[in-house]
Amino acid sequence: MMNIGIVSYGAYIPMNRIRIEEIAETWGRNPDDIKKGLNVFEKTVPSPDEDTATISVTASRYALSRVNIDPKDIGAIFIGSESHPYAVKPTSTIVGEAISAVPELMAADYEFACKAGTAAIQNCMALVRSGMIRYGLAIGADTAQSAPGDALEYTASAGGAAFIIGKEKVIARINCTCSFATDTPDFWRREARKYPKHGGRFTGAPAYFRHIIGAAKLLMEKMKTKPEDYDYAIFHQPNGKFPVTVGKRLGFDRKQLEQGLLTPYIGNTYSGSSPLGLCSVLDVAKPGDRILMVSYGSGAGSDAFDITVTDEIENFDRDKAPTVRELMERKRYISYAIYAKYRNLLYWE
Amino acid sequence: MGLAVPRFWREIPYRYNLIGSRCKVCNRIFFPPREVCPYCRRKSLGKMEEMKLKGKGRLITYTIIYTPPSNFENQVPYAVGIVELDEGPRITSQIVDCDPEKLKIGMRVEAVFRKIQEDGDTGAIYYGYKFRPVGEDEDKGETG
Ligand SMILES: [Zn+2]
Repeated sequence: MMNIGIVSYGAYIPMNRIRIEEIAETWGRNPDDIKKGLNVFEKTVPSPDEDTATISVTASRYALSRVNIDPKDIGAIFIGSESHPYAVKPTSTIVGEAISAVPELMAADYEFACKAGTAAIQNCMALVRSGMIRYGLAIGADTAQSAPGDALEYTASAGGAAFIIGKEKVIARINCTCSFATDTPDFWRREARKYPKHGGRFTGAPAYFRHIIGAAKLLMEKMKTKPEDYDYAIFHQPNGKFPVTVGKRLGFDRKQLEQGLLTPYIGNTYSGSSPLGLCSVLDVAKPGDRILMVSYGSGAGSDAFDITVTDEIENFDRDKAPTVRELMERKRYISYAIYAKYRNLLYWE
Repeated sequence: MGLAVPRFWREIPYRYNLIGSRCKVCNRIFFPPREVCPYCRRKSLGKMEEMKLKGKGRLITYTIIYTPPSNFENQVPYAVGIVELDEGPRITSQIVDCDPEKLKIGMRVEAVFRKIQEDGDTGAIYYGYKFRPVGEDEDKGETG
């Protein structure tokens, strides 16, 4: 069997944070109800000069700094996001240029709500397996927008993760991946609209839970594994509650989820969500550790991954770039007024 | 102050990746890159080589902007400083991810990739380097 998997990874989140109190008090809501209801305490906010392209570049440079790979050997860059800076003009070429991987490069931007980043990982795996490329760079990143006062405002945040996929010096082998997708209108944003719409309670059972459970079960059937075979499990984290609930329903306990559960302190980074959870697990993982990751994208679908950490992680320069924990500690709090200014919620002529 | 798209496009290598140039006669390093060394002049012809700068340096001086040009209103107050790179060249750049009041001359900084400017809501977005202060404990990672 060819060993295909993660050769390196990098994470990035902006340093601005806003507390739930700050948002709740602006809209006359009780912050404790919201914190308890969502299991979210604060979220990241991009600076006015940050977007999905800058987050993707930073995460990719961190990934490259941990390994000795010539960027020219990266044959494909795929970026999954629902906040590409341009409606027409790829983010992937900006990243390609910024890491010097151009011009012999397959580049494409992916869209599938919050799961386009994991779709990018799957496509890089396929290209490596077929021998079409030596390395692929898969990125999931977002600067999620939410309408002022909407329930999404408590969680919609910014961040991203980049993975170099290859078959040489693999630190985390991807044993299997599979997907589960149906046409489910739980959350959408029409062309040229700034803020998304969501189907309220419809986002839970038929959407998030059905697809994550479907993909996770499919994967465990294929691999003949049980929840207790995994050291870590990461599920898409639109809030701090859903991943814990879906984990419990599948038979995972809190200890398996803890290391990869970031939403309570960074918010929902959309396409960055489960990928950042995976980065956080890889920051501490040891050879032989087994990881289950399941993403979720509205509309709707889930990609599941069965991953085993290899001995190669012992030779890997994790210290050459910041860990997720270090990025989470690098922070400054902002008020709702500054948040509104940064996120362009104020208009003037 | 709009950047012209063609000019920006030509400058992408040094704006994105801090590509400077080194004179192989006197070893001086320049940023932005030069075709001819101003010290060696004709002797440097054909002896200038491209060089990627690491993006680490220290803050030489700075000023805080309270009255910005258009399109920068939402960043006020912000700092613009002169950074001396470890390789020698000095660069004028916005200093970000900091409280401008807390900047100190001599502090370590590193390059980050950010949006430099956008031509309103409908025009092009220009990316490139800016600098951010780094703590002693976090001077790692190639962000430049
Ligand atoms: Zn010279």
